Amino acid sequence: MSALFLLQQCLIGLTNGGLIALVALGYTMVYGVLRFINFAHGDLIMLGACAALGLVAPLGLAATGGPPSLATWLGIVAMVLLCGLFCGGLNVAVDRFVYRPLREAPALAPLVSAIGVSFIFMNIGLAWIGPADRGFPQVVPAASLLPGNGVQFGWKDLLVLVVAMPLIVGTMLLMRTTRLGKAVRAVAQDRTAAALMGIDVDRMVATTFFLAGFLGGAASVIAGLYTNTISYQMGFQNGLYAMTAAVLGGLGSIRGAVAGGFVVGLVRALSTAYAGERWTGAIVFAVLIVVLAFRPEGLLGHRVKEKV
Amino acid sequence: MAAAWKWISQRWEVVALALLAVAPLFVPALGGALGGQVTTLFIYCILALGLNVMVGYTGLLHLGIAAFFGIGAYVVAILTVPLFPFQIGWLAAAAVSIAVTAGVGFALGGPVLKLRGDALAIVTLAFGEVVKVTLRNLEQVTGGMKGLNPVPPPGAGVTVAGTDLGLAFAVDPRWFYYLALAALAGVVWAMRRLENSRLGRAWAAVREDEPAAAALGISATQVKLSAFAMSAAVAALAGCLYAATLSTTADPNAYDFNRSILVLCAVILGGLGSIPGTLLGVAILVGFDTVLIPAADSLIQQLSGAADRSSLLSLASWRLAIFGLALVLVMRYRPAGLIPSRRLAAEWGRGGR
Repeated sequence: MSALFLLQQCLIGLTNGGLIALVALGYTMVYGVLRFINFAHGDLIMLGACAALGLVAPLGLAATGGPPSLATWLGIVAMVLLCGLFCGGLNVAVDRFVYRPLREAPALAPLVSAIGVSFIFMNIGLAWIGPADRGFPQVVPAASLLPGNGVQFGWKDLLVLVVAMPLIVGTMLLMRTTRLGKAVRAVAQDRTAAALMGIDVDRMVATTFFLAGFLGGAASVIAGLYTNTISYQMGFQNGLYAMTAAVLGGLGSIRGAVAGGFVVGLVRALSTAYAGERWTGAIVFAVLIVVLAFRPEGLLGHRVKEKV
Repeated sequence: MAAAWKWISQRWEVVALALLAVAPLFVPALGGALGGQVTTLFIYCILALGLNVMVGYTGLLHLGIAAFFGIGAYVVAILTVPLFPFQIGWLAAAAVSIAVTAGVGFALGGPVLKLRGDALAIVTLAFGEVVKVTLRNLEQVTGGMKGLNPVPPPGAGVTVAGTDLGLAFAVDPRWFYYLALAALAGVVWAMRRLENSRLGRAWAAVREDEPAAAALGISATQVKLSAFAMSAAVAALAGCLYAATLSTTADPNAYDFNRSILVLCAVILGGLGSIPGTLLGVAILVGFDTVLIPAADSLIQQLSGAADRSSLLSLASWRLAIFGLALVLVMRYRPAGLIPSRRLAAEWGRGGR
């Protein structure tokens, strides 16, 4: 029982971790190229979730109890793509009009502007879906895929992994192996040198914002389908855990963000199971503070060459 | 005339203090609800000045100042409420609370000083959440969501010239007004002195160029730790006053991230490292929420007629967006704030802007 229980919690941690890692990638990529924490990222995901809620009916999705059909899966893929484009586009627009004029400004300026943007996003969300929590239709059932009463692994958990994993692996490959990834990494290492090598820095920064936003949009769909509630305030909590993951893994490191995401997911699941949900936040952040006290650069932060 | 103006602008603190000190004698409303609001404004000013030590003087981004505000309020409450056996006087409790909170700031500062600016910001944010969650969950000590009350008024049990001071505080809110004003004046005076002290210059040196400061024999660790502790101590003073004024600690959500961000925005909006800027920033933000928005909304309601009660037509429902837009615009066009500190403006002026 005890071992099974532990295994169950680890599975929950894994699914949570996939979602957190997706969001954490968005923080770490933007940090990599511009060296500031994009505080508005969590609220961007909240807006993505609002868009996802609006797309449920037009895409022919509805709450069901049975196993999802092929049409449902296609609908979810379309939703991920559309929300990804929406969040990515929005992120690029914000970069263009808010952060780009601040490239040479003191370090605090983009960060504080990002806090401002996060307030604006929250207000848009408030006007969009109202002040109360909104239910998100249970398009994918929670029912377990595994037989028996031992370990539970539901359709929803499968959904998280099916959406998150390809995106996480794809992003890592994109950054490591392609020309585009190389250019973004060059900008991250040294903006001036990259510009001198003929790389269009503004375009690479915009690309990074688009990718970060796209991953965030996908995360917003998962968040809606998995938790089945959204609210205009969901950005802060989601953002906070992901930010923690990005810092824990080492800000600017792609692998670090993924690793940090899964660590935070596991710590969160285990502390919820063993210490009670009301202590979860405190335990996760205490882990962060302790880890950083011993490794100020984060778990994988020392690999400077891997920085993006 | 010009000479008089110059004299006033150089001693704006004294003039403002004198005006605020005599105000309750001429404005009867300061004895009522308005007085309470102004007292709260003074307390936020103290809190913001505390944060300014970290963010403005030393250049360390701090996103969890409300945690220290909260610790200050709760320690004072624990030492004074009837629930616990201590029940020492408010003044002694406030002294203990400030010392304890400074110690907590010191303890948090120690392990995290090596972090780069942004990671440090996240750690202070995380610390704020840890404190909030702990205050909420340690019900035997903190009263959980109910908070701790009643915090007796300062001076309870002390009799001066036949009147019980505690009773005087309870009857007339102007006592709180003067207490908060005196504390604020003391903090402003202390900050003025600190700015030009050896420590204050060391803070600025570490902010401007840490390696250069280290090369001159300044211990960056000690300097940053002292900023952490000083910031925490001043925030705790604000917390002590807050708990006394409300006569309760309120619930732990009063010390959450939003409060930290509000104070941070006030400091940045007004001008990092600038005392008049910080005070102005607080006045604008608090004034925006408590004066401007209700006034504008009643105006809008009159203009649009009582029949149209659409919530989208009220300024209050766009409060966050206005606030956010203001931050974005200030960062774009006046990154050093409305009343910039001369030193910081000069420093940032070098770096391209």
